[in-house]
Amino acid sequence: MHATDTDILKAAEAWRREGRNVAIATVVETWGSAPRPVGSHLVIDQDTNFLGSVSGGCVEGAVITEALDVIADGKSRMLEFGVADETAWQVGLSCGGRIKVYVERVD
Amino acid sequence: MRLSLLSALNAERAARRAAVLVTDIASGEQRLVREAEIAGDPLAQELEEKLRQGKSGLIEQGGNQFFLTVQTPPVRLLVIGAVHISQALAPMAKGVDFDVTIVDPRTAFATPERFPDVPVLAEWPDEVLPRFGIDRYTAVVALTHDPKIDDPALGMALRSECFYIGALGSRKTHERRVQRLTDAGFTESDIARIHAPIGLDIGAISPAEIAVSILGEVVASLRKERRRSA
Repeated sequence: MHATDTDILKAAEAWRREGRNVAIATVVETWGSAPRPVGSHLVIDQDTNFLGSVSGGCVEGAVITEALDVIADGKSRMLEFGVADETAWQVGLSCGGRIKVYVERVD
Repeated sequence: MRLSLLSALNAERAARRAAVLVTDIASGEQRLVREAEIAGDPLAQELEEKLRQGKSGLIEQGGNQFFLTVQTPPVRLLVIGAVHISQALAPMAKGVDFDVTIVDPRTAFATPERFPDVPVLAEWPDEVLPRFGIDRYTAVVALTHDPKIDDPALGMALRSECFYIGALGSRKTHERRVQRLTDAGFTESDIARIHAPIGLDIGAISPAEIAVSILGEVVASLRKERRRSA
């Protein structure tokens, strides 16, 4: 079964209860043609298992990498990806949009 | 996010109650505001507005940025008629995250074997639907062709604030239905809420194709403010 927004937050809760270390990434702002709307979630565990999406697959890799740091130090982070951004160029938000993603650990 | 907060948010969703998670971006502080508690919150006005739009988003107040995660109840699809089209519709609707229930008093139709993935109630719609409390996150589709079963369900749907009502049947069938509903006291604008013949006009023939056209129309009603042409 594919993941819907309902499943994602339920999975985040279930994973944490199993004792896994978990972070939730949320799209908080978009400009231009962003592939996923504000409020979309991605949940990640310490072994880089993930569910959901914050883009059409363009920046998930970078978000997961950052999420591992968030899981490690517990500090929430705001990430920004867009065409004018060096990181975005590397990770490739090919639609030309810009997105801001908030990543937090589930404690 | 604290696990207890995440758990409370998930519990509200499971209970079909709207809620908003407020995150102070600078400090990372969070609180859950249940729909019934909104009026007492310092951000009451903003919470009300976001909830009405059903949209999450960033807001600013007093120089602070807050992200509001708006969570509305899952869309519920009440399918009247455990018929062939419903068998195709149920798994598709589940696939788009709808909460599907099949209602049909005919016990030969309403069996778990025919509907392995969703709840099936072998009861009359007028007995079942009041238990659900049809809300604005609910769609009702009447697919039996049988006025004895469809009409009471349509009547209840029309008296509710559900976002979509559809009824299967040809234009002729619908004309007779309109007459019966008029006789039952419903106004022209009430009856105009019913999508009939049901479904988007995609030339559907098979039960599965008709299910696609119905699901397309339900999604179109749900997302109407996003549509380019309506």
